[in-house]
Amino acid sequence: MADKVEFELVSPEKLLKSLPVDMVVVPGTEGDFGVLAGHSPLISTLRPGVIDVYEGERIVDRVFVAGGFAEVTETRCTVLAEEAVALTDLDRASVEKSIKDLSEDSDDSKSDAEKAAIEAKLAVARAKLDAIGTSSAAH
Amino acid sequence: MPNLKDLKNRIASVQSTRKITSAMKMVAASKLRRAQEQAEAGGPYAERMGRMLSSLASNVQDSGNGPKLMTGTGADQVHLLVVVSSDRGLCGAFNGSIVREAKRQIARLQGEGKTVKVLTVGRKGRDQLRRDYASLIVESYEDVGRRRLSFADADMVAKKVLAMFDAGEFDVCSVVFNKFKSAISQIVTVQQLIPFAVPVAADAAPAATDEAKAIYEFEPDEEQILAELLPRNLSIQIYRALLESAASEQGARMTAMDNATRNAGDMINKLTITYNRTRQAYITKELIEIISGAEAL
Repeated sequence: MADKVEFELVSPEKLLKSLPVDMVVVPGTEGDFGVLAGHSPLISTLRPGVIDVYEGERIVDRVFVAGGFAEVTETRCTVLAEEAVALTDLDRASVEKSIKDLSEDSDDSKSDAEKAAIEAKLAVARAKLDAIGTSSAAH
Repeated sequence: MPNLKDLKNRIASVQSTRKITSAMKMVAASKLRRAQEQAEAGGPYAERMGRMLSSLASNVQDSGNGPKLMTGTGADQVHLLVVVSSDRGLCGAFNGSIVREAKRQIARLQGEGKTVKVLTVGRKGRDQLRRDYASLIVESYEDVGRRRLSFADADMVAKKVLAMFDAGEFDVCSVVFNKFKSAISQIVTVQQLIPFAVPVAADAAPAATDEAKAIYEFEPDEEQILAELLPRNLSIQIYRALLESAASEQGARMTAMDNATRNAGDMINKLTITYNRTRQAYITKELIEIISGAEAL
């Protein structure tokens, strides 16, 4: 049995998770990467996506993050998330509704900055929807 | 001779004041506990972000072209002060000391010939600063985190500050807030946010830490990560300031209300003594009148 990595998920408001795991797969901006014990030190930005926590060969936990940063050392993987929700807590209907609302807002927005802010939110909501899609496909 | 009825009314009114202040004290105590817990919960994120920042910064500083948020605009002509106060009063010297410090800073900077702009968070600070420096206030926020301070609130303030910075409206930004030390003591703190002084590993052990940092890989490159990390860090710093301020406010209010409750108690005792003496004096007076009336017959 390989060594474990210490996985920490932190949001600005609190420490969400801190536990030793076999592997985590983190959605980096330039592609997903898996972290096993002994990973070379790395700092990466995250895109909206799902963090998979592996215990052995099995996924024990799936958490949606709306972006943030990951710091990996040989023994530790720290994720600073902007928004983190357990995948099971995401509800397809409400996400679809927020996408619809945001699209309307985007059409109504006046300034470019406003539009960009809404587009960013929209990207997060779409990523959420994708995440829900993959999880229901898996079951 | 004081009127008995007036005294009685006065005692009743002070008694109800005491009830209110002691209730407020208890509310403040429970809010304080919550605010403290929240402040503690925010610790890990800030700590880890600080760690990432310092390892990034040590890599970027060598190349000498860090982003503006870290290196500054090169000038320090225009200063932005973010003044964090409370929305409500009845919390002792809490707002007074913040405003005093803010005014001192403004006076000092203006004395040096700099331009000052003020952004206030909280109604009380805005109201008090508006008297002297109305023209300096560029933006004010009220009811920030009225129910429960969330990161989104801090983010909103930070976005405004960033937008102003990007538009070149100021060079240096500092935040003035009450740092929570204990329920009876809050320390007015001025902290510089932009340009952000990255806590580069202490001089004590630079060799060891530099080695540890040099081996990090970055994805995408350092500059890009830093460009994302620094605005985030600004939000975090403002969030921390708001949390500290919220805890301080409750602490200050608790102490103030405790004092008020005690004062009301003392006042009730004094008034009760006066009331009883007056009542006795009335009785004696009436007895004398009756007796002297009977003797006269």
